[in-house]
Amino acid sequence: MATDYRKITFDGLWNNNPALVQLLGLCPLLAVTGSVVNAIGLGAASTLVLVGSNLTVSAFRKFVPSSVRLPIFVMIIASFVTCIELLMQAFTYDLYLILGIFIPLIVTNCAIMGRADAFACKNPVGASLLDGLMMGAGFTAVLVILGAMREALGSGTLFADMQLLFGPAAESWKLVLVGDYSGFLFAILPPGAFVGMGLLIAVKNIIDDRLEERRKAQQPKPEAGSKRVRVTG
Amino acid sequence: MALIRVTSPHVHKANRTADVMRLVLLATLPGIAALSFFFGWGTLVQLLWASLLAVGMEAALIKLRRRPVLFYLRDYSAVVTAVLLALAIPPFAPWWLTLVGVFVAIVIAKHLYGGLGQNPFNPAMVAYALLLVSFPVEMTRWAAPTVLLENGTLGLGDTLALIFAGLDPALVDSVTGATPLDALKHRGGLTTEEAWHSIDVLANGVGAWHAVSAGFFMGGVFLLYRKVFTWHIPVSMLATLAVLSTLFFGFAPDQYADPFFHLTVGGTMLGAFFIATDPVTAATSNRGKLYYGAGIGLLIFIIRSWGSYPDAVAFAVLLMNLAAPFIDLYSQPRTYGHAHAKRGLKEDS
Repeated sequence: MATDYRKITFDGLWNNNPALVQLLGLCPLLAVTGSVVNAIGLGAASTLVLVGSNLTVSAFRKFVPSSVRLPIFVMIIASFVTCIELLMQAFTYDLYLILGIFIPLIVTNCAIMGRADAFACKNPVGASLLDGLMMGAGFTAVLVILGAMREALGSGTLFADMQLLFGPAAESWKLVLVGDYSGFLFAILPPGAFVGMGLLIAVKNIIDDRLEERRKAQQPKPEAGSKRVRVTG
Repeated sequence: MALIRVTSPHVHKANRTADVMRLVLLATLPGIAALSFFFGWGTLVQLLWASLLAVGMEAALIKLRRRPVLFYLRDYSAVVTAVLLALAIPPFAPWWLTLVGVFVAIVIAKHLYGGLGQNPFNPAMVAYALLLVSFPVEMTRWAAPTVLLENGTLGLGDTLALIFAGLDPALVDSVTGATPLDALKHRGGLTTEEAWHSIDVLANGVGAWHAVSAGFFMGGVFLLYRKVFTWHIPVSMLATLAVLSTLFFGFAPDQYADPFFHLTVGGTMLGAFFIATDPVTAATSNRGKLYYGAGIGLLIFIIRSWGSYPDAVAFAVLLMNLAAPFIDLYSQPRTYGHAHAKRGLKEDS
């Protein structure tokens, strides 16, 4: 089976973006995107788990009986999450404390399980690796954009507390957009995350519509990518 | 004598949106007058400022959506939303609070959902709830009824300075205070009876809220008389609230406020006649309206008595907005001459 690496990349980042199109992994997405640093932390952790689990699932795909594949996937994912959790405790302990329960909860992130079941167990290692990387990158990108929106609106800063992730040198990265900002609590609270997410999805759909119109004006092109929509997780 | 024969339809004039909206605006006048009398110029300033913003944003949004601007602006719906929001927020709220509120009401709660008639939630209440959640300090600093408490009223100039130029904290403290609901909620260890005597705003100032409620009640009755809405929602909402508060007050008068208090302070009257009756977001059939109003009354009592916010009209209305489609499904009236309608979700659909 010929593997279309370009399609995999484009699917993960845009067409079948786990956050904007599949709507998977919404729980951490909405819960921890109060600031950019949280978003990057959780995005990176999820991406690492996704890459690791995709790689492993794909490597063992010939040996896994399909009737018990889901428990096996969960065990693989859980092992990677445990690794990440221990790594975070070792190197970014403060961030680990902030993200708290959402790090262990990566195990239940449907985006990761979904990729293992829908892609990695049917495709060779290389393609699965790229898929994990791109899906993770797409997920992280949405997290970071949402985090930036909420941090800018909610606390009037950007990239605050980056030292939690990148060491003491990153403390000076903090941008104060509005001095003496009294805060817009709504953006920090979960309802703000829902509204922000809705706006992001709307923007993506607008861009897609515009692209579609332009494409239609030129030539008919077949639909790309699956449009699975699930709202759990 | 020749009788003119006219065939149906016999309705001569359609009840156009703009007419209804104008009537609603007219009906808010007694309430506005009472608010201005007791709480100073702030209400009028907020009304003007909110209306200006709302019309501006409405025009911009209609333009963005490539629809005829003047046609939609003339339905007055943006002004009504702005007026209801301005009546709900504190008279001395800073200018940016109103700006954020109007933006949320017009842009997010109304036009992002598809404009007038498409919004599932009452725009003014969405904005109010968002402001209350986001800016608790500014939103709970209601004007004190200075006329009654005799600590001096603010002139128009001072009011404008307070709202637009920001402020001298001492001045803010002297002209603002807790609302009766707030005072009663945070009365500490006092019983209701003790609170009535010892808290200034309850002992001397509560008349202002009674007057404002009376104003909105008069406006509401006028709208009922002009058949802008039916009696179902306000009556069931007020009756539910009255019955519940009578029950609880009867059993534990030390803990709970009396029914008259519940009906005449806070946003009860404004909510019953002007907010809950919004035809877009309320239930449709008469039976459905009864359920809808009762739900709002129930939620208001629950949130006021045991919730963490002093008043509850906005949250109650929003929650019931959410339930309105469900109520509609289960309260479809029977068509004359047909069997009872099968209620709920049709199996074949």
